[in-house]
Amino acid sequence: MTSIPNPAPSRLGQLLRQIGSTAVTLFVTFVGLLMVTFFISNIIPVDPVISILGERASEAQMEEARERLGLNQPLWTQFGIYVNNTLHGDLGTSIRTREPVLQEVMQRFPATLELATLATILGVLFGVPAGVIAATKPGSFFDQFVRLVGLMGYSMPIFWLGLMGLLLFYGHLGWVGGPGRLDAVYQMSLDFELTQYTGMIMVDTALNGRWDMFANAFSHIILPASLLAYISMAYISRMTRSFMMNELGQEYITTARVKGMPERRVIWVHALKNVMVPLITVIALSYAYLLEGAVLTETIFAWPGLGSYITDALMVADMPAVLGGTVVVGAAYIGLNMLSDLLYRLVDPRART
Amino acid sequence: MSTLTTWLRDPNPASRMQSRLGQSYLSWLRLRRNTLAMIGLGITLALVLMAVFAPYLAPHDPITQELSRRLLPPLTPGNILGTDDFGRDILSRIIWGSRITLYIVLLVILTAPVAGLLIGTIAGYFGGWVDTILMRITDIFLAFPKLILALALVAVLGPGMENAVLAIALTSWPPYARVARAETLTVRSSDYIAAVKLQGAGSARIIWGHIMPMCLPSVIIRVTLDMAGVILTAAGLGFLGLGVQPPLPEWGLMISAGRKFLFEQWWVATMPGLAIFIVSLGFNLLGDGLRDVLDPKSASK
Repeated sequence: MTSIPNPAPSRLGQLLRQIGSTAVTLFVTFVGLLMVTFFISNIIPVDPVISILGERASEAQMEEARERLGLNQPLWTQFGIYVNNTLHGDLGTSIRTREPVLQEVMQRFPATLELATLATILGVLFGVPAGVIAATKPGSFFDQFVRLVGLMGYSMPIFWLGLMGLLLFYGHLGWVGGPGRLDAVYQMSLDFELTQYTGMIMVDTALNGRWDMFANAFSHIILPASLLAYISMAYISRMTRSFMMNELGQEYITTARVKGMPERRVIWVHALKNVMVPLITVIALSYAYLLEGAVLTETIFAWPGLGSYITDALMVADMPAVLGGTVVVGAAYIGLNMLSDLLYRLVDPRART
Repeated sequence: MSTLTTWLRDPNPASRMQSRLGQSYLSWLRLRRNTLAMIGLGITLALVLMAVFAPYLAPHDPITQELSRRLLPPLTPGNILGTDDFGRDILSRIIWGSRITLYIVLLVILTAPVAGLLIGTIAGYFGGWVDTILMRITDIFLAFPKLILALALVAVLGPGMENAVLAIALTSWPPYARVARAETLTVRSSDYIAAVKLQGAGSARIIWGHIMPMCLPSVIIRVTLDMAGVILTAAGLGFLGLGVQPPLPEWGLMISAGRKFLFEQWWVATMPGLAIFIVSLGFNLLGDGLRDVLDPKSASK
């Protein structure tokens, strides 16, 4: 620690300060999320003690349970206990399975991550070029087409799109595997023959050299991933187009053109390089959105991820599981939001203040 | 008619109302040139008409079951879009369902944007610590996963249309607060506000009568663009059985009922989904067009 104030803060100091302020925002937002879930769990009309002990418990037993759970404390203390527990990884116990919620959620998380990651990759692969080409020819047929396809993506209920996809590609054409992550035949070998490194089937099968299983897993994941990718492509292509339009109006682009640089190089190297900066934010945001948007998709495709965990728990009113899942998805969502913000400031010197 | 347009186009309006209507007329002329926006407007109007005249348009009762006519395919005489597993006419149910969709949309419009407007204008007008606190809360809500939070809320409040609306409204006000605050900041220090202040108007009066109207155009665009999202979320809640309850003909609920026999009787799930898709597309097209017309920043691009 230096006692002399630094007149021109170094880059490292600046960086650390940014990370620090992001961490504070992250923490405040996370506590805000916990406040909401705490509030939600407190408006349940059911007395939690009765749901644990049953209705025939004696008054003394109930009093003892209230004492143990901290329910006779003031609300603020209860909230403190709740935050403390959550930060220590205690999300409560599922009523349905009697297992710790965190453990169950962690088992489900890789499946959702796998789906959302593949969807984001596909969304970027198609969305960015579509947006760039649309921006180079504004008003053209291609531009209108991309815009309309994007608007359609915004307008479709994802669960309906999923059903229609199953109907066409699975029911009628038989091009893809149906619901679930694997065919039933492989489900057995998943548990007994495969070393599970990550919990993501595509990665694990590849690492184990089981390419037959890999192909089967791919045939199952490709449809839900493509549908989610469509939604994220709608967003990414639209943002790419508007960033690119803005960039192509800059003077350095004119300079490059005047110097006789091939148009292809001007667009795909010079302009795109600068567009990539704000795009990182957009991609991170769409990734966060997909983690959440997977809820309905997973229900349709019987995908054993976080989303179907939450909706399954909803059906049997297993509130600790619902709220625990909400906290985890919320934390991932908030984290990605903040990460995108931080990345943006790191990559773009203009955003550093 | 021509005298009306001359009156509207008069460069020297005699009254405030004439000038205001003239402005709207010019915006309308610009909007009319946008084909996609006009299609969107048409779809939106069709939805409203369908909801208002549902009893006259629907060929059958949406709830009465007729088990002898169950699961008839589309284009059956008397049931153009087919029937569901209780023998109810799908077209009639879609027509009656438009009332539920419109009702949800209206309830959300009456709550979330109003709350957002209030919070945003108050934060922007007072500034200082009021602004900091209100905007921090807004940012926190903005960083939440909306659908999941709505799910959790409905799960504890119990399923039902009113609770679904409440959950959607509670998760969708922050963007409006952001927009309203940004608009407030641009007009806060303008001369006309200073003039009103000198005349002795209180803060509430200034915010209500002189700042909020300035925020309305941007908030309205945002509302139109958000309506599709509201419809999709409401349908999603209905699909999961957390929104409107059977036997009411809510579109999301109808899709979920058709899911059981998707591969054999595809139309039961397909038709209500098409209705959701067309209506959301309508709102999106209209919102997109309105933004181009009313927001000069994006129109120049």
